[in-house]
Amino acid sequence: MAHSQPALDLSPKVSDEIRQTTCYMCACRCGINVHMTDGPDGRKRVSYIEGNRDHPVNKGVLCAKGSAGIMQVNAPSRLKKPLLRTGPRGSGEFREIGWDEALSTAVGWLSELHETAPEKLAFFTGRDQSQSFTSFWAQNFGTPNYAAHGGFCSVNVAAAGIYTMGGSFWEFGQPDWERTKLFMIFGVAEDHDSNPIKMGLGKLKERGVKVIGVNPIRSGYNAIADEWVGITPGTDGLFILSLVHCLLKAGKIDLEYLTRFTNAPVLVNGDEKSPEHGLLMRDDDGRFLVLDRRTGRPAPYDDPQVRPDLAGTWRKAGVTHRPVFQLLAERYLSDDHAPEAVAERCGIHAKRIRHIAGDLARVAFDEAIEIDRPWTDFRGVRHEKMVGRPVSFHAMRGISAHSNGFQTCRALHVLQILLGSVEVPGGFRFKPPYPKPMEAHPTPHGNGRPGRPLDGPHLGFPRGPEDLLLDDKGRAKRIDKAFTWENPLSAHGLMHMVISNAHAGDPYPIDTLFMYMANMSWNSSMNTSGVIKMLTDRNEDGGYVIPRIIYSDAYSSEMVAYADLVLPDTTYLERHDCISLLDRPICEADAAADAIRWPVVEPDRDVRGFQSVLIELANRLGMPGFTDADGAPKWKDYADYIVSHERRPGIGPLMGFRGDGGDAGRGAPNPDQLDRYIENGGFFETHIPEDAAYYKPWNMAYQDWAVGLGLYDSPQPYLFSLYVEPMRRFQLAAEGHGDVQPPEHLRGQVGKVMDPLPIWYPPVEDGHADPVEYPIHALTQRPMAMYHSWGTQNAWLRQIHGYNPLYLPTKLWQQHGFAEGDWAKVTSAHGSIVVPVAHMAALNDNTVWTWNAIGKRKGAWALSQDAPEATKGFLLNHLIHELLPPKGDGLRWANSDPITGQAAWFDLRVKIEKVAAPQEVQPVFAPIASPVGVGPKSLAWKVGK
Amino acid sequence: MTELPASTQKKLGLVIDLDTCVGCHACVISCKGWNTENYGAPLSDQDPYGADPTGTFLNRVHSYEITPEDGPAQLVHFPKSCLHCEEAPCVTVCPTGASYKRAEDGIVLVNESACIGCGLCAWACPYGAREMDAAEGVMKKCTLCVDRIYNENLPEEDREPACVRTCPAGARHFGDLGDPDSAVSQLVADRGGMDLMPEQGTKPVNKYLPPRPKQDCAEEFDVLAPLLKPVAEDTKGFLGWLDKALEKL
Repeated sequence: MAHSQPALDLSPKVSDEIRQTTCYMCACRCGINVHMTDGPDGRKRVSYIEGNRDHPVNKGVLCAKGSAGIMQVNAPSRLKKPLLRTGPRGSGEFREIGWDEALSTAVGWLSELHETAPEKLAFFTGRDQSQSFTSFWAQNFGTPNYAAHGGFCSVNVAAAGIYTMGGSFWEFGQPDWERTKLFMIFGVAEDHDSNPIKMGLGKLKERGVKVIGVNPIRSGYNAIADEWVGITPGTDGLFILSLVHCLLKAGKIDLEYLTRFTNAPVLVNGDEKSPEHGLLMRDDDGRFLVLDRRTGRPAPYDDPQVRPDLAGTWRKAGVTHRPVFQLLAERYLSDDHAPEAVAERCGIHAKRIRHIAGDLARVAFDEAIEIDRPWTDFRGVRHEKMVGRPVSFHAMRGISAHSNGFQTCRALHVLQILLGSVEVPGGFRFKPPYPKPMEAHPTPHGNGRPGRPLDGPHLGFPRGPEDLLLDDKGRAKRIDKAFTWENPLSAHGLMHMVISNAHAGDPYPIDTLFMYMANMSWNSSMNTSGVIKMLTDRNEDGGYVIPRIIYSDAYSSEMVAYADLVLPDTTYLERHDCISLLDRPICEADAAADAIRWPVVEPDRDVRGFQSVLIELANRLGMPGFTDADGAPKWKDYADYIVSHERRPGIGPLMGFRGDGGDAGRGAPNPDQLDRYIENGGFFETHIPEDAAYYKPWNMAYQDWAVGLGLYDSPQPYLFSLYVEPMRRFQLAAEGHGDVQPPEHLRGQVGKVMDPLPIWYPPVEDGHADPVEYPIHALTQRPMAMYHSWGTQNAWLRQIHGYNPLYLPTKLWQQHGFAEGDWAKVTSAHGSIVVPVAHMAALNDNTVWTWNAIGKRKGAWALSQDAPEATKGFLLNHLIHELLPPKGDGLRWANSDPITGQAAWFDLRVKIEKVAAPQEVQPVFAPIASPVGVGPKSLAWKVGK
Repeated sequence: MTELPASTQKKLGLVIDLDTCVGCHACVISCKGWNTENYGAPLSDQDPYGADPTGTFLNRVHSYEITPEDGPAQLVHFPKSCLHCEEAPCVTVCPTGASYKRAEDGIVLVNESACIGCGLCAWACPYGAREMDAAEGVMKKCTLCVDRIYNENLPEEDREPACVRTCPAGARHFGDLGDPDSAVSQLVADRGGMDLMPEQGTKPVNKYLPPRPKQDCAEEFDVLAPLLKPVAEDTKGFLGWLDKALEKL
């Protein structure tokens, strides 16, 4: 047949309209263009989703999750109406009810609590992106029991960053992708921060910049790393401190940076008998004291004339006081930190540790950057150039989700700071509203008062033992025991302990558990079977131990079945939201930015945005903050709140288009604000001036810009804390100083872990689970194409990752004689699972892993009961307990970081054995009835002709 | 059975950088979305919520492990779609002329109204790049987004394949590989771009840029040793060094 070509329309119509909003397929919050096309019935439907090129986060690109959003909006698992439970908890048997009945039921349950015992409401909001609003609601309800999911995610990263340098990774800051010359990435959940990291890596690859990946698993980002360090899980801190050792020993540290911008030169009280031993020394005005090289005498740190000394000491009244730097140098120069001393434990050859330290030193000092851009620091000193140390780092859950994670994250920041590579060209850069030091954040508040608001924001950063949330008898004020001696710096709360503690009535019983968007009866809980039992356990009188559960979700998740009342949320394309600077921001290192979501499609079901439901509940309850003195509601819905609410005069949830539409940051509420955002592509962005772009914590041009924008009300320059003084205050208490004292059983632990300089200690589980009996580390990772259980129900995405084998390294694969298609029994100190296995060579020799949140319970998510997610997919959660094994002391010890309470998911140790293939993964759970039925047998989602 | 054009004016295709691809599947889903709504029949899914979900995809990412003798194992992510071969066996095998290669730009397409769903082209393609849509009974394949790249309803910057536009890492490049001066041809020349299975004689237009050599081999360890020469052997000596270094500031 001769060549012939049909006529082709090369310019077909793409869609009828583009609506620009913000993605919610993971926590990255990219800008999206939602193409709308008229369907055959004339109704506009979503026909295609792509990235918004103008958006500061993703600049046009979009990941698999984002593009698959169309399958989320039409997901058969979407809840359709409010539900009232009719069968026993866990059965999935409900009666559909109207919103009026749903709201009056909730008000009936909540009203008395609000008036008499607000702490009996535990309100935890999971993967909430409206925490500044939900916390405001909880604060006005008066309960101390509020947090989102940070405690079981990455609070260690966030808290260590704030305490050390006023910011951390991801939402807090980013590598200087354009200028960095060496990039090192530690243990990253591949959706934190999804597209920006991929875009950044692409830029580095384009310039041939070396990437070093530190991760027991060589997938994703580590697959394209030039050098892979397949570290033993839980030993990152040891490795990092050994790098510090090498750099110190070789003098490869930035002394000028350390003396000017950190507390390295600040004198530490050396008087062992003093109640201030180990605290930083201050003058009468409260200014830190450093030793002045000109005089050999102490002088205030911020005096422009002072030449801070790191090498000297100050002797007074028979006591020698030394600068922070000397304590630090003494500790890390010690042979304990030599590569040879840590190599075996880390599973990294000593030569390689030295080689990486050499790489860091070479790039930081031999390849330093200078930009001709004058700037003036907070001392009033003008600098002609911006000098950069072009090495940068990124880290997330891999180092965070260990019980030694806080100190490991601290160690990484100390490494960055010693290299002088934070907030300099080529290094790590903060994103507004960061830098923001611990001192600029609130302390925690937990005094609930019936009918009145809590005494302040729930979550914060304790400065010392006096900020713990303990009652007169030393008992926790919060149901999750955040801000107690068990985990003093639990800045994000401990959502993973709420159900367990509520069930145990420890520290007290609650009445109503109110949760949003957290699959706590399945993949978001440790000890899944145990949690299911806690949710269904009854008292002797036949009532549930946790009397009432209200749950809001857009989808028929496993948790829905355990609720008494279900408030169906909308999908992300059917709602208003604000991605606020008051909340988890989406700024860039060169710009402040915020964004909205708006209903680009109207729901086709009887569902309501959860935040608007909260406002309706608050209005019906007459909650303070939400109603005027005469009881009249301030806001009719969330959109109204977003536009009209002022956190401080002139400062609201959105910074753009304030006042008459021309104001950024500060300005009166503008009733047209949301329309202006929509016209602008769903976001607002304002750029940082060039002379304010680096050295932000100390750069007056930045400080003044930040005040102008309303990020703070006065300049907040500060020193980076190599030495974290608040931690020392807890240590002092453990040594017997002060009125607020730890209980005896925690005194030793507090004294050890609250070290003001980074330490490494073995993961706590190592002290409980016998390392010989359980020699293998077990981890989970999140696939790039999925965001926990939302992604794994998605018709397109589940064709990419439909089930999750347990990946075994070659050594274990051969040792146990595994072959393709085999199954293994995996046992921890807590339990066993039987799961399919697969071989992976690019994996640490003593580590096994799987994708998380793919395993599903039969009957959930509108999947059929024989879906591979339910028959071959599994959770490692069954092997991880929220408590450590009993020690015989009658106490319940959380499986969490003893500093922050971060859930120690990655401490898990297991053993494996080959077993005959069962019918399906073990343990097997009974199916739950689906309130939404099962999805269709075929799909062909074409909207237009 | 169906003739190829004697030559094509351009050789439009993709250059895929295996050194940069992190295996995120963004291209897979963006392609699925665009081509479900656009060109021809939608890409359907069978049993999408059941035991064996199987749908039509025009682009898939495969992952391969490589275990070198002198270093740790590596993982390569390998996106694969139609390579728009110059000697496309899927075209010549087509009994109806439904499969064809465009003379102006070399894109290989299926004219769905002429496709009888016999599947011969899928058998002929050595790359497994064609998929029969189970709902429609027609052969689907990468169109190189022929309905985007010339589309005057799209802003000029968007006139590129959906997979290229969406790729977060920038691992996918689109252009004329017949023009030695084009950016994609330059990239292929600079980075040693490769044909997939050249022995098949299909002359694929798409090229793959190989992963750069890794730096995790043991031999290189000592190169940087002089950088870490100790300034002192003990703490006292260290403080002496520190004092001198501070004096120089």
